[in-house]
Amino acid sequence: MSYIALSEKDKKEMLKAIGVSSPKKLFDCIPGDIKLNRDLKIPTAMSEPEVMGYFNECAQKNKNSEYISFQGAGAYRHYIPAAVDYLSSRGEFASPYTPYQAEVSQGTLQSIFEFQTLICQLTGMDIANASLYDGASGAAEAVLMAMRINRKSKVLVPKTLHPHYRQVINTYTRNLGISVREIGYDETGRIDTTELEKNLDNNTSAVVCQTPNFFGVIEDLDKISAYAHENKALSIAVLAEASSLGLLKAPGEMGVDIATGEAQSFGIPLSFGGPYLGFMACSKEFVRQFPGRISGETNDIDGNRGFVLTLSTREQHIRRERATSNICTNQALCALRATIFLEILGQQGLREWARQNIQKANYAYDLFKDIRGVKAFFSGEIYNEFVIKTGKKWKEVESEFMRKNIIPGISLERFYPELEHCGLVCVTEVSRKKDIDRFAEILKGILAG
Amino acid sequence: MYPEDFRYTKDHEWVKIEGDTASVGITDFAQSQLGDVVFVELPEIGEELKSHQTLGVVESVKAVSDIYSPISGEVTEVNEGLNDVPEILNQDPHSKGWIIKLKIKDKSELDELMSASEYEKYLEGLKDEE
Amino acid sequence: MIRERLIFEISDKGKNGFRFPKLDVPENKSLNDRIPMRDSIKDFPQVSEVEVVRHFTRLSQTNYCVDKGIYPLGSCTMKYNPKINERIAQIENFITSHPFADPEMSQGNLEVLKTLEDVLREVTGMDAFTFQPAAGAQGELVGMMLIRACMEERGDPRKFVLIPDSAHGTNPSSAHICGYKVKEIKSNDSGTIDLDDLSNNMDKDVAAIMITNPNTLGVFENQIKEASEVVHSKGGLVYMDGANMNALMGICRPGDMGVDAIHLNLHKTFSTPHGGGGPGAGPVGVKKILEPYLPVPRVKNKDDQYFIDEDCPKSIGRVHSFYGNFLVAVKALAYILSLGPEGLREVSETAVLNSNYIRKSLEKEYHLKYKTPTLHECVFSDKYQKQYGVSNIDIAKRLIDLGVHPPTMSFPLIVHGALMTEPTETESKADLDSFIEAMKQIAEEAREDPGILKSAPHNSYVRRLDETAAARNPKLRWEP
Repeated sequence: MSYIALSEKDKKEMLKAIGVSSPKKLFDCIPGDIKLNRDLKIPTAMSEPEVMGYFNECAQKNKNSEYISFQGAGAYRHYIPAAVDYLSSRGEFASPYTPYQAEVSQGTLQSIFEFQTLICQLTGMDIANASLYDGASGAAEAVLMAMRINRKSKVLVPKTLHPHYRQVINTYTRNLGISVREIGYDETGRIDTTELEKNLDNNTSAVVCQTPNFFGVIEDLDKISAYAHENKALSIAVLAEASSLGLLKAPGEMGVDIATGEAQSFGIPLSFGGPYLGFMACSKEFVRQFPGRISGETNDIDGNRGFVLTLSTREQHIRRERATSNICTNQALCALRATIFLEILGQQGLREWARQNIQKANYAYDLFKDIRGVKAFFSGEIYNEFVIKTGKKWKEVESEFMRKNIIPGISLERFYPELEHCGLVCVTEVSRKKDIDRFAEILKGILAG
Repeated sequence: MYPEDFRYTKDHEWVKIEGDTASVGITDFAQSQLGDVVFVELPEIGEELKSHQTLGVVESVKAVSDIYSPISGEVTEVNEGLNDVPEILNQDPHSKGWIIKLKIKDKSELDELMSASEYEKYLEGLKDEE
Repeated sequence: MIRERLIFEISDKGKNGFRFPKLDVPENKSLNDRIPMRDSIKDFPQVSEVEVVRHFTRLSQTNYCVDKGIYPLGSCTMKYNPKINERIAQIENFITSHPFADPEMSQGNLEVLKTLEDVLREVTGMDAFTFQPAAGAQGELVGMMLIRACMEERGDPRKFVLIPDSAHGTNPSSAHICGYKVKEIKSNDSGTIDLDDLSNNMDKDVAAIMITNPNTLGVFENQIKEASEVVHSKGGLVYMDGANMNALMGICRPGDMGVDAIHLNLHKTFSTPHGGGGPGAGPVGVKKILEPYLPVPRVKNKDDQYFIDEDCPKSIGRVHSFYGNFLVAVKALAYILSLGPEGLREVSETAVLNSNYIRKSLEKEYHLKYKTPTLHECVFSDKYQKQYGVSNIDIAKRLIDLGVHPPTMSFPLIVHGALMTEPTETESKADLDSFIEAMKQIAEEAREDPGILKSAPHNSYVRRLDETAAARNPKLRWEP
């Protein structure tokens, strides 16, 4: 299949207009010794039904549809209202470029403006950007932003932050003379504040705190922000499960300076980890150091309201090596999905959604921890994920579950060798009571055996 | 156009001397090249500047330009008005649009700067290169 | 014209657009006391489903898009996005697959990533790819980090990166985040890298050159091999920005020109839709010497079994939460498999044909600073129109009136008043001609009636917007 719209006659006419005999002549500017002069060795062209067939076969090699899953850890199963797919797949949204020509991009620019407003409302912060790649790079961008603001070179990153996010922060900061210090967790599953206090000093740029954290435990953001501010460091909140913002206290009410995170939960399918949706919000005094695109309101020459990309001098295409970030293309269509998702759910829907997550997860948590051989590993309050410790190694528990076509969660051993008996279980609004109850029964059976 | 009592730099800043103090701004040519100024980043009072050191940044919608200090000295005043009304830089670059005042450290540095007529000639030269 | 209000302005108490099933577990009321919860979210919208659907449908209709017509944004490769790719990216087993799923359960996903890696290796002549970078800029950053890691292992990361003055702004920005200082290399009169300037600047303190080929003028860097040799001879490495690969597929390969690392933009060359600003994908391809430093995780295979390798001690680490923008990779592979080897070459040949047709048709009316032959794009300027007080922005806004999308404006920086034009291969002759006719009409209007250009656009949903006011007095969110 080719997607060329020229007839042979068109080509002839065009070549004649240009004054060359064949398209190959147009490549004479390329030195002969680096020309390929052979066909590429890739599979020969396929028709549409053949391509479809290939990918259907490929997808069938994935076994996920045969299992009920309790996996979370930064990628969450939630219901996506039909209107989200329907509206976001419109060509008018999917096929334009970045809205540089504002007059023919109002649909995109107004949607971004609404997205920014929704993120501000959810986080309780002053300003938000048009999106970042994902939660992990959002966390890294927040760290870099903090360093630009206060020019200090140490960042405190808790072990309760998603391990992948920690890895990305390490990658982004490795060449910039920044020291990243990891802070442990206590028996509640929250940041060990004694260790935090010990490591805070004049040279600390920021304290990062994920809530609900990687263990599903709700952190005391208020307290963490206070510790940071006492030492003139910034408080960065990471929200890896954005649905929690529907119910839990907003970062903006808890002294947070920069709130960032992953908004995959807002209408974006799991998709093996991407594309997802990073977001970032902050207090307006930091706007000059804020990374990424921003849509702003203005008027046209007739006085009608319109929207434009604004404050662009922060960005790479103008400030080049001194830009606040190198980000250019972001995750716009995912941000549109999130905007539609949030507006469809609305005030009541959002709250009910978050309520069902916290209620169902706590129901499951209470049920499981009463099973003989199971312990709640941490004492802190949880949102929609929790850690249980089992009498057997989690890997054994997991393989027993898999035989019954249930994925019981995520093994923590690979990230925390000390937690080899622990699993991270996620329960969302799509987990049915009967599946939770069955989980409990199976777990009972495994540990009794 | 360009006041006779000012001195000028190749980067299009001007200096006006009043005793031990120098006012610094950007020239009419600089503001016209930048277009509508939307933001000016100012230094802190008390900062010690060397000549050619960046003292601040002017931003228009689609351009960013460093402002270099024409001479060495300590910043004694900054034009706070630019924070709220950056367009003064466009409207009145040689007077109300001053950016900082400096306590002059070494008057001999002024000799390296251009006079008004030299600067105008320099601008003519730039036009020819276009 | 009806102005579409913000959703917050049509919101009214008690309305909603979605209903969840009833909570099927007993409610635990004590949670409300134990956990600090927020009150209702101030001013959060409350609207019905039909209002949301009409809101976004009407908003969508104010957008110009590739599905509507020619979109000749230079350096952006706005080609048609085949619809089969969208359907494939919605296959249930792809979109419901969890990134922490065991590799045994995700063999299909891993096969897609590995197969795409293999075909891109062949297309570019590189040895290995990573799909973690979510966009071209992140790809550049990864590429430069790989180079730095390699240099560090050799004993000295070095201090500088050389970047031509025609480069994208992301190049210097990425180099900077990687801890390098940027030295700019001048372009010569043909718009290519000045080899002498390069030789003078290349020394033991320079880690790499970042080169775009064809460059942002659409000109092929015909001395790239010599340039690579200069850089390599002083121990440096060569990074290529592959944003313009659409000109080269099946014609020549970066891997054969001395390039050590390259990023591709799947949302440009490989037709995945740009989505109004993303998601894209910026996979990075490298030669063997840089492979040990690639980000983790890496997808590998043994016979028909695919697995994930995280055990790469020299790796720069991870740059994405999971595997990058997986669904974008799915679409790109679908595109490549649809076209095959002849198809990909035809893409590049036709992209170059279309661009040269436009160049030839407009070169009398619009100034071309560089007369050098160009490939997939060419950069006009407003020099001829300036005498009538008309600038590139006026030309761009008038094109909107005439129903076509404007070219990229004011870039590259080495051409004043630039109009960077890239039609891509998917345009019909009629669509190319409509763009050419519109541009000719504007050239005439500039002479006869420049006022009509200065006040354009006249019949768009909004007219020229006040960007200065937006920046002086930023209003970045709705407030009641």
